[in-house]
Amino acid sequence: MFELLGIPPQALFGQVLLGLINGSFYAILSLGLAVIFGLLNIINFTHGAQYMMGAFVAWMGLNYLGLNYWAALVLSPIVVGFTGVVIERLLLKRIAHLDHLYGLLLTFGLALIVQGLFRNSYGSSGLPYQIPPQLAGGHNLGFMFLPNYRGWVVIASLVVCLATWFMIEKTKLGAYLRAATENPTLTQAFGINVPLLVTLTYGFGVALAAFAGVLAAPIYSVNPNMGADLIIVVFAVVVIGGMGSILGSIITGFSLGLIEGLTKVFYPEASATVIFIIMVLVLLVKPAGLFGRTA
Amino acid sequence: MKFKSLLLAGAFAALMSGTAFAQVSVKVGVLNDRSGLYADLSGEGSVIAARMAVEDFKAADKGIKVDIISADHQNKPDVGSTIARQWYDQDGVDVIMDVPTSSVALAVNQITKEKNKIFINSGAAASDLTGSACSPNTIHWTYDTYALAQGTGGAMVKAGGDTWFFLTADYAFGHALERDTAAIVTKNGGKVLGAVKTPFPGTDFSSFLLQAQASKAKVIGLANAGGDTINSIKQAGEFGIVAGGQKLAGLLVFITDVNALGLQTAQGLVLTESFYWDTNDQTRAWSDRFAKLNGGKKPSMVQAGVYSGLLHYLKAVEATKSKDPTVVMAKMKELPTDDPLFGKGKVREDGRKMHDMYLFEVKKPSESKGPWDYYKQIAVLPAEQAFRPLSEGGCSFIKK
Repeated sequence: MFELLGIPPQALFGQVLLGLINGSFYAILSLGLAVIFGLLNIINFTHGAQYMMGAFVAWMGLNYLGLNYWAALVLSPIVVGFTGVVIERLLLKRIAHLDHLYGLLLTFGLALIVQGLFRNSYGSSGLPYQIPPQLAGGHNLGFMFLPNYRGWVVIASLVVCLATWFMIEKTKLGAYLRAATENPTLTQAFGINVPLLVTLTYGFGVALAAFAGVLAAPIYSVNPNMGADLIIVVFAVVVIGGMGSILGSIITGFSLGLIEGLTKVFYPEASATVIFIIMVLVLLVKPAGLFGRTA
Repeated sequence: MKFKSLLLAGAFAALMSGTAFAQVSVKVGVLNDRSGLYADLSGEGSVIAARMAVEDFKAADKGIKVDIISADHQNKPDVGSTIARQWYDQDGVDVIMDVPTSSVALAVNQITKEKNKIFINSGAAASDLTGSACSPNTIHWTYDTYALAQGTGGAMVKAGGDTWFFLTADYAFGHALERDTAAIVTKNGGKVLGAVKTPFPGTDFSSFLLQAQASKAKVIGLANAGGDTINSIKQAGEFGIVAGGQKLAGLLVFITDVNALGLQTAQGLVLTESFYWDTNDQTRAWSDRFAKLNGGKKPSMVQAGVYSGLLHYLKAVEATKSKDPTVVMAKMKELPTDDPLFGKGKVREDGRKMHDMYLFEVKKPSESKGPWDYYKQIAVLPAEQAFRPLSEGGCSFIKK
């Protein structure tokens, strides 16, 4: 049996699969960021906090209202998405005409406030959330033990990512959206309610983050910092893929999860930095990102 | 007439001694993680514990004025060092307490020695604080990696877990914990098959767990803490590692971690701590008071250690009527320690606080009566057995 740098190929398969699983979180989160940036030109730094809120709403639903995981999977994105709508209407709208930097600072500040509030009420060490009974256990694939839940995460995020891509690229609503991105004034002149479109898009992007949060709740600890740890990596993913590129963010999300997974085998110490190294390299060669267009 | 003058003299003496006492005023800085993964086990709770120590000691009645300030070191050695320097140089802080995260603790240890102040560490684990990095200005109060290794590591090897693979948090603490545990494992006839250093702090440990699984080691030693431990235990359950016959050794698990994991996931875990709130009437009474001030959360051993450490410091200040670090430190090492939380003990020459350690097992959900009822005690490790012998630490100022 051949070995690659001392790693048996079977172990490698397992790691590749794990990388894909982590990649699905990157994909779904960076997709939300890309959608928001595409239309609103807002670098949504609250995304991590909204991902965390998604997980927390799922936890609250279970503990206060007795809602199970599946209900949370639907309700949590709606609830958190709605808070996104409120944020857009109350705050983001007012700075829409200003430089990127203002949106970045505003959303970053919001993220700090939200995280602080949750930390105050729920502490920092996290809350338990069990895997739904239907997805407990796992399958032995021969080269690794695949928990059913992880399999579900990959499928669910792939479906959501592709559906989003389809909606934006192939439907009439998506066409309006893309038109509004290109030229909001002209699109509005054609009788399309662009401000409403903008608000809903932000809400949708936020809902995607919350969806990822619910997916993450049973496997990572539900704690106020869960998004802050992840969001920096996700931003790197978006930058590598190219800001605002829908397909780019999905592909980069999955492939960077993969690269990170492999680094964890070959040189674990670097696994937290490998994505940033790639980001630097990509920016040197293609400043607009792998799939981005230069303005 | 005679009686009257006696009374007067007495009153005058009391007044004089009162003013003499009141001249001692000390400033205590509680430096820890107030926002990150160790905030629940130290954080504001440690500040509450420090305030309780001042209150219980009745410092004001004894003429000692105590100011408590606190700050967040964010688990970053550079941030911690800056705060420590500022506290010592500008804010007149006499003693720094707590400081979880070994890398930060080692930095503060060095600065405290440089500035000749006092550092009573409760939160950090690295046994280097009383070993290769020991300082005459530091007391390591609550626990250390050697004691954790002795407790959990020793127990696991005795129970047949003789081959180990480590998941090690990649910083000073993880390295120290792996080193000390590996030593215990080999000493007891076990073997270490491998280790993987995981970036700190981490979220996804599945890749590392898979490597541990592939090693076929009987025991997977988690040389990490806080959120890292929570995530690794959660994910080990998910990947069927425990069901597959490998055992997890949570080398440093705090009660706050068990609370976050839930008993369903944490049950059966064996762990070592120096304090559990439900040990006796005194610990229960104190912990109830603490919980009332801390939003219902019971104290961790780190928070209990801050209380106990500050109490001992104040005793030494009272006895010497001084806050000169050299004088107070000598007194702290001379006076035996005694408080409701850790019982009787002492501070050893090299700064190691000596007390018993306990081996606990996490209860099954059915055995628990409610929130925070989590542990059953399975063994007591006497202090002399739990902590590294003075002669083996390699502390530079200890005469051999």
